[in-house]
Amino acid sequence: MAFDRLVRAVDAWAGQRRRSDVFAQIGPSRYRPQHAAWARFLDPPEFRARAAAARVIVAHAGMGSILTALTLGKPILVMPRRGDLRETRNDHQVATARRFAELGRVAVAMNEDELAAALDRLDSLTAGEPIAPHADERLIAALRDFFASGQDMG
Amino acid sequence: MNPPAPKRRPRRILAVASGGGHWVQLLRLLPAFEGQRVIFVSVDPAYRLDVEGHEFHTVTDATRWNKLRLLKMAAEVLLLVLRVRPHVVISTGAAPGYFALRFGKLLGARTVWLDSIANIEQLSLAGQRVRPHADLWLTQWPHLATPDGPRYLGAVL
Repeated sequence: MAFDRLVRAVDAWAGQRRRSDVFAQIGPSRYRPQHAAWARFLDPPEFRARAAAARVIVAHAGMGSILTALTLGKPILVMPRRGDLRETRNDHQVATARRFAELGRVAVAMNEDELAAALDRLDSLTAGEPIAPHADERLIAALRDFFASGQDMG
Repeated sequence: MNPPAPKRRPRRILAVASGGGHWVQLLRLLPAFEGQRVIFVSVDPAYRLDVEGHEFHTVTDATRWNKLRLLKMAAEVLLLVLRVRPHVVISTGAAPGYFALRFGKLLGARTVWLDSIANIEQLSLAGQRVRPHADLWLTQWPHLATPDGPRYLGAVL
């Protein structure tokens, strides 16, 4: 789904601050960046390479983006999509952004002004140690047991 | 002398997720599939690159807001389930996983629904609807677990 509001905001900031180091993966957005380099889609290896080379990741408050940033140990600044702006189906991204900010996992900008302000303070955005690439041991063990039970022998 | 330990045959596990966070969460379950034969299903052909060495199939990307696409996707999922005949079907959502669990159950598979970690305030709609068809019906937030399910057995993070 397009998220023009985010693309515009980051591109505007890149122009105002004369940044030449911004890359945007914009999906089906109708807005095309004037200042940031961009592509519509990146396949998984391309995405990981770009994310690994980045100082900061700026994204919607989607779990794919958040988990990817955390496994790479990159700071992530999220702006949630809003249901009332028809950017997604409901406000679950607002809840995600708030909860993961409380957990200290993401920085949040609730609107374009907050986004620009956070980007101006880029250097103070930090990340913890990269998280393990897998789910917690308890869940893995529970699933292993489930798959193994009812398994026939021989 | 003790007899040798019996060998366990790998089970066919159909692992289904829509794109984005659903897929990323499914990948974080990889260690649980060790020793089994897992067949991955998602909505973006590029995701094949994330699971090299495993079977991977694509189905039409569809949500409940487009009935025609949903029907097409459901038919594709049904065909896959009939071909693969999984022993287990597991999904992190959303709609493709819902259908995979339902069709899988009809064919005698054991099923797991792990509601997305993005559903913090309540279970997803598909997660609520899949309840009668899920042997293991899971949420990733302890405050959403109830004595009647869903259960909390850990999270991808």
